[in-house]
Amino acid sequence: MPSFGLVHLEFLAIAAFWTIGLSAVAFIGGGMLGFVIALMRVSPSRLVRGIAITYVQVVQGTPLLILLFLIYFGLAIIGFDQLPAIIAAGIGLTIYSSGFLGEIWRGCIESVPKTQWEAAECLAMTRWQRMTRVILPQALRIATAPTVGFLVQIVKNTSLASVVGFVELAQAGKLINNSIFQPFMVFVTVAVFYFIICFPLSAWSRGLERRLNVGRR
Amino acid sequence: MTYQFDFSSLLPYWQQFAEGLWLTLQLSAISTVLGFVGGALCAIARADGPPWLQRVVGAYVEVIRNTPLLVQVFLVYFGIASLGLMVDANLAAVIALVVNVVAYTCEIMRAGIESVHKAQVEAAECLGLNRRQTYWHVVLRPAIERVYPALVSQYVLLMLASSITSQISAEELTAVANRIQSDTFRAFETYIVVGLLYLALSFVVRWAFWGFGMLVFTRRRKLGTAL
Repeated sequence: MPSFGLVHLEFLAIAAFWTIGLSAVAFIGGGMLGFVIALMRVSPSRLVRGIAITYVQVVQGTPLLILLFLIYFGLAIIGFDQLPAIIAAGIGLTIYSSGFLGEIWRGCIESVPKTQWEAAECLAMTRWQRMTRVILPQALRIATAPTVGFLVQIVKNTSLASVVGFVELAQAGKLINNSIFQPFMVFVTVAVFYFIICFPLSAWSRGLERRLNVGRR
Repeated sequence: MTYQFDFSSLLPYWQQFAEGLWLTLQLSAISTVLGFVGGALCAIARADGPPWLQRVVGAYVEVIRNTPLLVQVFLVYFGIASLGLMVDANLAAVIALVVNVVAYTCEIMRAGIESVHKAQVEAAECLGLNRRQTYWHVVLRPAIERVYPALVSQYVLLMLASSITSQISAEELTAVANRIQSDTFRAFETYIVVGLLYLALSFVVRWAFWGFGMLVFTRRRKLGTAL
């Protein structure tokens, strides 16, 4: 039986790039959708708010695994059964991240002091102006740290994309383990790869948070 | 779209759904309790332990929080097997979930402990409370009370994440769904049903924690607000 070697390491390294790629897709897609959700959550219309709340509740209340299965089989039902795995995985992770990012960003928007909203209103700004010129720039500063923190969650959750046949790090590890059966060696290596991707992000997020709270110390 | 939904073919399987749901609940309940106790101990060790212990716990928390649960589950399951021990998939699932959630609980609790003001501890000393009393009444209980909502969210996420253990064939709800859909070829319907079950479960768990919090944190009940 062949043992764990350079070939396998190379295979894992390539898979790591797919993990990063899928994370990027999920973050960009989830970010755009999540931004819309966040804005809907602070909308003056009760109906719009209700829709956004329901969306967030459903996404946060079901496991990502089930979400991925639903999208995978749902796409097949509406006729897309030959799609590459990255699409199903990308859509699933986009929806998942939008649910969480939307809620994170809503918190950031709402944490801008009420007086800022009122002051903008007194200056006769329209709702659009008030959002883009007063609220969002301030919310953005607050939002960076938790957003980077959530990136770590996205990277880790791409490991579940293996269930729809997408070969990323975890799936690559499983494939290698199936052929050489050295689970400790293989999965520790896989974990190290994830750690190398995630740890700098965690550290960055912590650093951002510290810088943001500098006035409070 | 010409797809015909057919939920009726899932009806004969209701007992298996129920069994899966029950195992999911058991897995999450056990991991939550053990995770809370372990996490609290780790948080104390990290806040007030000897420096070497602080470093060990810190490293453990970082490693767990920066690697996916799926890989941890594989490591526990296949790792134990490769040591020559036969271990039940459900047991491996619990071990992996506990190892995972202890790290998260530790981090949340540490934030709570750090949020307790130094003056409070000094005041307790002035009142003649001993170390253990100070820790329990002045540091730990208010800390837990303050981070309780964050802990609840974490344990709801844990319940949802227990679905990942289906990958090592622990027979919980998701694994049951995988089996039923390959029996009935009604994949979409099966996962809709299971998704709704998880959704309902997450609400029930949230309410249960809310009620539990009301019972345990008497001060909050009196004030009627979050502290």
